[in-house]
Amino acid sequence: MSALLVNLAYIVAAVMFIFGLRMLSSPATARSGNALSSGAMLIAIVVTLLSKGIVEFHWIAIAAAAGALVGAMASRLVAMTSMPEMVALFNGSGGIASLLVGWAALFGADPSVGAVTPFTAVTVFLSVMIGGVTFSGSIIAWAKLAEVMPSKAIVFAAQRVINGALLGGLVVCGVFFALDPAPDTHLFYAILGLALLLGVMAVIPIGGADMPVVISLLNSYSGLAACAAGFAINNNILIVSGSLVGAAGIILTNIMCKAMNRSLANVLFSGFGAVKTATKVEGEVKSIVAEDAYLILEAASSVTFVPGYGMAVAQAQHVVRELGGILEANGCEVSYAIHPVAGRMPGHMNVLLAEANVPYDQLLEADDINPRMPNVDVAVVIGANDVVNPAARDDEASPIYGMPIVNVDHARTVFVLKRSMASGFAGVDNPLFFGTNTRMLFGDAKASISALIAEFK
Amino acid sequence: MELIPVYLAFILILAIFLGFELISKVPATLHTPLMSGANAISGITIVGALLAAGAGGPSWLATLLGATAVFFATVNVVGGYLVTDRMLGMFKKKTDDAP
Repeated sequence: MSALLVNLAYIVAAVMFIFGLRMLSSPATARSGNALSSGAMLIAIVVTLLSKGIVEFHWIAIAAAAGALVGAMASRLVAMTSMPEMVALFNGSGGIASLLVGWAALFGADPSVGAVTPFTAVTVFLSVMIGGVTFSGSIIAWAKLAEVMPSKAIVFAAQRVINGALLGGLVVCGVFFALDPAPDTHLFYAILGLALLLGVMAVIPIGGADMPVVISLLNSYSGLAACAAGFAINNNILIVSGSLVGAAGIILTNIMCKAMNRSLANVLFSGFGAVKTATKVEGEVKSIVAEDAYLILEAASSVTFVPGYGMAVAQAQHVVRELGGILEANGCEVSYAIHPVAGRMPGHMNVLLAEANVPYDQLLEADDINPRMPNVDVAVVIGANDVVNPAARDDEASPIYGMPIVNVDHARTVFVLKRSMASGFAGVDNPLFFGTNTRMLFGDAKASISALIAEFK
Repeated sequence: MELIPVYLAFILILAIFLGFELISKVPATLHTPLMSGANAISGITIVGALLAAGAGGPSWLATLLGATAVFFATVNVVGGYLVTDRMLGMFKKKTDDAP
């Protein structure tokens, strides 16, 4: 196939990627959008295989077969609760692939190009840097999400200075590299090492509840790495698709930051809650047992569930759905209020509830449910804390002041399902727990809800 | 020839703006599938990996790097699209919420 035909096919693929992404932004068309985009990927792969540049197939066949097997197995076997880890690993594999493509470009994979120009050297440097940061950063994010390492922020003195020095060192190495590019010098290995180290250092100071921001940012980086690799090998389809993904990731990152009322710089460079100390809340915590909670729920005519990371940990989405169904059969209006940063990745709660067969039109965003909250009889908070903390609205001294929350305290009654009285990730006391209309239902979320269901039967 | 980087940069800028326009309004329900679907698209780097692995050049290291890249990019592409499809298959509207 001539280069002209290959590039024409790339244009078709790019158009299909664009329509695929657009269809992904509406629930009704999302699935066919994803299929369209996978068709585009197939076209891009097939025409590349048919191009003149490829003369040797056996390594490709072995690597692609192994990769397809691993990818297919992983995507079938992963539990929905482990989706954040899975996405982190896929981000990482995209990052390392772009790193390797950039590296291989140094050998003049295309013989017609000849010696590596300074421009190519710079783009190789960028793909190694971004790809390396994406890869090691994603591995750390995965380790934190899977609790292989502690999920809390790891901060130490001079962290910013060290990270700044790492970045500075990388840029200096990059300049020298651009002047004299070679694939197997100490300089190149230094760049590789520094990039991987920077990814690790950039993600360790970020705590569990800030993970939605990191995951979407790493997603953006994986696109930008592909984009840089596209520059390194002069390939349009890599540049177009990579930058589409980069833009999508940045938009999501921005949505996540807004949902926490924090700037990206604040999320990336500071451990949470280091500056301000919230007004100490004191009061009486009123606990409730399942039998009494049942009586209130049984009489309620509208109930809103507010899930958080605790629901994912307890894998309680199916029992929540079951309880919702029982309440609906009882003539009660049931809805689910989802905060954008509830959970560990963007849309985490939506995926879990979809898995449990909750129709997506019952899932409401905070802005939609908040005006109706005074008419809600019971708000059931399941393993959420900071996203329902009224201090974010009322207490100017609170570290999370200004963060948009779900106003569960405006509901007539609030049930808070919680393991114990520990404060949330932010280490902030939650005045909600001391509210006059709040009742605490202590214990494992899944066990508590199962107990409620048992009461109904 | 020296204009090629400029043309490529031109494509880059337009594609980024297009990306922002395309995805600026996504309902929260679709944040995860959008992310994993976009992630699968970033596996487009497989095209570069194939070119590196199949070039048949004199350097065995370049072939090895390319083949490793093909492996990781394929994991990304195949896994990303399948998992996105699996998630989207679960999203249902109330009307077709038959047991």
